[in-house]
Amino acid sequence: MDEKFDAIVVGGGLAGLAAAYAMAQEGLEVILVEKGVTCGSKNVTGGKICSHSIEKLFPDFGETAPLEREITKEVISSWRAEGISDAGIDPQHFGLTESRSYTVSRAKLDAWFAEQAEAAGVMMIQGIVVNDLIVREGKVCGIIADGDALEADVVILAEGVNGLLAQSLGMIPELMPEETCVGTKEVIELGEALINERFGLADGEGVEWMAIGDTADGQYADGFLYTNKDTVSVGVEFLISDIDKTQKSIPELLEDFKALPEIAKLIDDGLLVEYASHLVKKSKSDKIGKLYGEGVLLVGDAAGLVANAGWVVRGMDLAVESGRLAAEAVIRSNASGDFSEGSLASYQKAVESSFIAADMKICADYLNQ
Amino acid sequence: MAKISVADKLGVNKFNVYEEKSHIVIDKQYPDAAEVDRVVRICPAALYTADANGVRFDYLGCLECGTCRVLSGGKVVTDWQYPVGSFGVSFRKS
Ligand SMILES: Cc1cc2nc3c(=O)[nH]c(=O)nc-3n(C[C@H](O)[C@H](O)[C@H](O)COP(=O)(O)OP(=O)(O)OC[C@H]3O[C@@H](n4cnc5c(N)ncnc54)[C@H](O)[C@@H]3O)c2cc1C
Ligand code: SF4
Repeated sequence: MDEKFDAIVVGGGLAGLAAAYAMAQEGLEVILVEKGVTCGSKNVTGGKICSHSIEKLFPDFGETAPLEREITKEVISSWRAEGISDAGIDPQHFGLTESRSYTVSRAKLDAWFAEQAEAAGVMMIQGIVVNDLIVREGKVCGIIADGDALEADVVILAEGVNGLLAQSLGMIPELMPEETCVGTKEVIELGEALINERFGLADGEGVEWMAIGDTADGQYADGFLYTNKDTVSVGVEFLISDIDKTQKSIPELLEDFKALPEIAKLIDDGLLVEYASHLVKKSKSDKIGKLYGEGVLLVGDAAGLVANAGWVVRGMDLAVESGRLAAEAVIRSNASGDFSEGSLASYQKAVESSFIAADMKICADYLNQ
Repeated sequence: MAKISVADKLGVNKFNVYEEKSHIVIDKQYPDAAEVDRVVRICPAALYTADANGVRFDYLGCLECGTCRVLSGGKVVTDWQYPVGSFGVSFRKS
């Protein structure tokens, strides 16, 4: 392949798919390279997606996308040695961007999104790792994937939290244990009827339950539970640097959470169907780094765009929005033929004046109060 | 739910193992036992074990989270790459 594309997208998570889809919709020639066999097969979330941003791309998202349940009940608890109690946190109080939200399986959601992108004209390459970037005179000109070189006017790095390529360019610093959490979860099958019964839900209704570890009480992990259609996702999120404050291992902390009587009775007799783990940044700072360079843009987790204060973890809606905003900047550059830093800088301004920056600030203010 | 081992938890996942080489390289003789213990405890897949003979690591079962890479900062984990395309874990439910 030595054809030149308008844009190359590295990574087919929500950020990359949103960028690729929005550019293809405007007629740009886009290629997306994803290392998983299919989009979503490497991706993990809690989790629920706040649908406001993806609805800008798919107005009928709630009706057509593969969603598990709509969140109708949000509970925030405090997790102490003696058990779980009300945390006294009212999420409405903080002014985070309001949205409907749905539990999702990334394997299903991202695969669906990939189909929409392909239908819009994106050339989808799945099962290939991008190993390197082609850089000439300080400008990113393309990628090296599986020995092949591909070139484009612009490369969008949507590679997720372990941003190895963005790091190799020096655009983002290495992740620090003090501001990075590991999330580990089990997907447990219970059946739709039993979930409805145990959680007091009607068909299609869902629960988000966050249990914030009380560090003063020696409880360093946060727990979470989400109801999917016929499974529940139960997991813990743990700030990596806290490993020196506890003697426990991550698998032990997850078992501790599952053994709490309030949780144990909900998952009793369930069948484990998946065990997954992934990193997520904590929003200790609301500083947004430089998201653009010559011929390159960063989107989603690769750009550190996540609103995570423990009791709220939102990255998917930020990923989609940043992907869409990056696409808008590239569409403008494509029209003017100017792909210099100065032209791509409009993307940075768009992110900084969007809900992304506002929600990250709310989380950082909460954590630093 | 009955307690099951981490190895059994990994057993329900779908892996396509790249037999030729590990995508993660470790320093098996890393001298600081406390540093090794941190990595042993942080890996969600419990793939690191340590005894008098040094550190052992089994890359089969890796969830590709990158946690050991971030914690270790180049000490016990000396190189960390993604597995070759399409290999490694494939999540179906997460
Ligand atoms: C435990 C946990 C719970 C969470 N809960 C929630 C929640 O409830 N709600 C919410 O909104 N957010 C939640 N998040 C955050 C959210 O999952 C992320 O912010 C979001 O997935 C980021 O999307 P992304 O597209 O930027 O990155 P990703 O989804 O990570 O996608 C990156 C993609 O790039 C691919 N890739 C990477 N490198 C390469 C390469 N070199 N070559 C080819 N492909 C590559 C990967 O395979 C992947 O498909 C949670 C995160 C965790 C870990
Ligand atoms: S990447 Fe994650 S699962 Fe794999 S060895 Fe490191 S910590 Fe363990």
